[in-house]
Amino acid sequence: MTTLLKVEKITKKFGDFYANKEISFEVKKNEVLAILGENGAGKTTLMNILFGHYTPDAGNVSFEGNTIEFGNTNNAIKLGIGMVHQHFTLAENLTVLENIIIGRQSIFSLSLPKRQARIKILELSKKFGLPIDPDELVANLSVSEKQRIEILKTLFLDCKLLILDEPTAALTPQETDSLFSTIRNMIKTGLSVILISHKLNEILAVSDRIIVLRNGSSVGETDTNSAERQKIAEMIVGKKIEYPQKTKIPRKSKVLSLLDVSYNKADAQRLSSVNLNLYGGQILGIAGVAGNGQTTLAKILSGHLKATQGSIVFEEVGSVHISPKSFMDLGVAYIPEDRNSDGIVGDMEIWENAIMTEMDDSFFRNSLGFINKKNSFDRSRNLCETYDVRMQSIRQRSRLLSGGNVQKLLLGRWLMREPKIIIACQPTRGLDEGAIASIQKLLLEAQQNNSAIILISEDLDELLSMSDDIAVMYKGMLSNPIETRTTNKLSIGLQMAGDGF
Amino acid sequence: MIEFIEIIFTAGFWAATIRIACPLILATIGEVLCERAGVLNLGIEGIMSIGAMVGWMTVFLGADLYTGILAALIIGSIFGLLHAIFTVYLGASQHVTGIGITMLASSLGFFCFKLILPASTTPPKIKPFQPIDIPFLSELPFLGPAFFQHTPFTYLAILAVVFAFWLMNSTPLGLSIKMAGENPMALEAQGIDVFLVRTIAVVLGSALMAVGGAYLTLSAFDAFYFGMINGRGWIAIALVVFASWKPERALLGALLFAGLDAYQVRAQQLAGAVIPYQFFLMLPFLLSIVAMVIAAKRTRYPKALLIPFRRGERH
Repeated sequence: MTTLLKVEKITKKFGDFYANKEISFEVKKNEVLAILGENGAGKTTLMNILFGHYTPDAGNVSFEGNTIEFGNTNNAIKLGIGMVHQHFTLAENLTVLENIIIGRQSIFSLSLPKRQARIKILELSKKFGLPIDPDELVANLSVSEKQRIEILKTLFLDCKLLILDEPTAALTPQETDSLFSTIRNMIKTGLSVILISHKLNEILAVSDRIIVLRNGSSVGETDTNSAERQKIAEMIVGKKIEYPQKTKIPRKSKVLSLLDVSYNKADAQRLSSVNLNLYGGQILGIAGVAGNGQTTLAKILSGHLKATQGSIVFEEVGSVHISPKSFMDLGVAYIPEDRNSDGIVGDMEIWENAIMTEMDDSFFRNSLGFINKKNSFDRSRNLCETYDVRMQSIRQRSRLLSGGNVQKLLLGRWLMREPKIIIACQPTRGLDEGAIASIQKLLLEAQQNNSAIILISEDLDELLSMSDDIAVMYKGMLSNPIETRTTNKLSIGLQMAGDGF
Repeated sequence: MIEFIEIIFTAGFWAATIRIACPLILATIGEVLCERAGVLNLGIEGIMSIGAMVGWMTVFLGADLYTGILAALIIGSIFGLLHAIFTVYLGASQHVTGIGITMLASSLGFFCFKLILPASTTPPKIKPFQPIDIPFLSELPFLGPAFFQHTPFTYLAILAVVFAFWLMNSTPLGLSIKMAGENPMALEAQGIDVFLVRTIAVVLGSALMAVGGAYLTLSAFDAFYFGMINGRGWIAIALVVFASWKPERALLGALLFAGLDAYQVRAQQLAGAVIPYQFFLMLPFLLSIVAMVIAAKRTRYPKALLIPFRRGERH
């Protein structure tokens, strides 16, 4: 097989931090190369260098023998490199066709060859099995349709090497399968693909070769055929990972129920008559593609939103005033979906974030009502130690923590309150394998202490391994929970796509 | 009471409406171009002012009227470029830069005016564009005097709408401008220079604003004086929202506002004794606010408006 892309000793620094350090690899024709690594391992930086968004500090890249001019996306596109970014680069106010054709001609050309473009797009769409409607507004499309357009965009520009950055992040299992068959199709027609991901199972299913990055350096390379899952997982993290084991405990009494809860205001995703019972010591998993109402459900369960219909009943006290505060006082803990914007205040210091929710407690105040620094610091240090939040100092700004450590800080802050109910919304999304294992362990320990946990996740493997029961959300509706051991990935995947609703 | 209704059935009312609308049309379309690319241009008031001065001065110093328009176009582009350097390339605050440009341009314009004509107490005059009769059409009853006996500059302003409509909807540049204001990464990912596209839009838009200013001194009036833009730039900023950032709807909005203005002048004459004239002066603004509130409810902002694009940064 001939070499298509040759990367030699790429180094990129942001300040003093090495995002990439002397990375070298090759991509051959007709192969899928997977680049694996934790968040912050340097995958996306590396791809942004190849595609010309960034200029590296050292190193060399050649494509079909031509040296790539760095910092120039136009040059990369002309050579035949196409990239589908993790965050889509589409203009939502324009049609599919307009989004695809813009890169084809000079911006100073006087006409837009829409007719020829439409023919070519429809041809490509048929050839690669990527059905689209060229005249639809992008704003009206689903995530997987948007991804199709992103892929068509690169094909339209005749790319030879397609870079896919975390392409499955927001897809259902079925959509993921269909994406993989498209990738296989592309390989057959002579293209090459670089696939970036942190989902090991998917990589193993579709790639030919795997490169692992850690802390900006390449730490290993292997053929997928001879790869062992456990070994690669350890290569990614750099140490042995101990996955927590679930031990089921008998269900305790009911703690919370939702009765016919609906939400139909425009400021959040809709819910339609959701019923739910939650018991102490139970982990109830809620599966579903992002955007089907999970966020609204979590906010209603944590007192951030008031249901427009129906009621929420706490077994001990009945119905309560709806506010985050009163729910907290009843022992509800809420791990928000977007931990960086809703969970912590990034520009405040770690200790401030650690005691932020405890300001009612006179323990943290002195006689004049000011913050008692000593007690606050002690508590923060204690929290960070207990829950293994890795930091340089509790006076450090919180945004400098890695995603996993932010999540441990957040979860730890709640666990210190010994919550009765934990609403965990995508608690491990975007975290690396090591951090995922610790978060899962903490949740399972909380269950052992008879907390009731609602685990909202898009990761089916996680749901299947953690939950006692699983329910599925689809377009604001919630299915009846089924016992986890009686179901499987396939049937949940089907439900996520709307089966049975 | 019937007189108040009869106003709208006079040709003079419609002719005045179009006359008043022209500078607003040009300025609003200019602002649409800027904002569609993601750059708010609050320099509009000052750019119109200096356009009015430069256009007038060029003619006063002996050039012909079309050269005057060209001169306004050039000075507008220069200030547009200045705005683009700060807001696009340096990523400075669009609000602050824009207000700075307005203060700089209007003061500089008047300063230069005084420098060239230090002693004038009554503003000197030029011979502005004269109305031309469009063959046959101008002879139509009512329609002729209302719509077909305007100055060439007026027809140029209408042509500018057609140009902007074509640019936004049928050219790669227009498409790029719309993308730059919605999601600049979409352009960057297709190998198009976001900075360049935004700069072109701001320069082009500012040139149109200056020409809108020049309309006042070269067609509507015949002299230049300080403060003659009198908030027309700010009206244009509001009209852009009313127009949902579309050139063709900018025409509609400008006509609506101008119609209200032309109406209030005439209504004042009828009822001046009974109702204080200030009430009529207020009328177009009041009704514009109402129209804006209604129109703006379902409007969609360009998503990247006010957000500087920085290449090669970590997201």
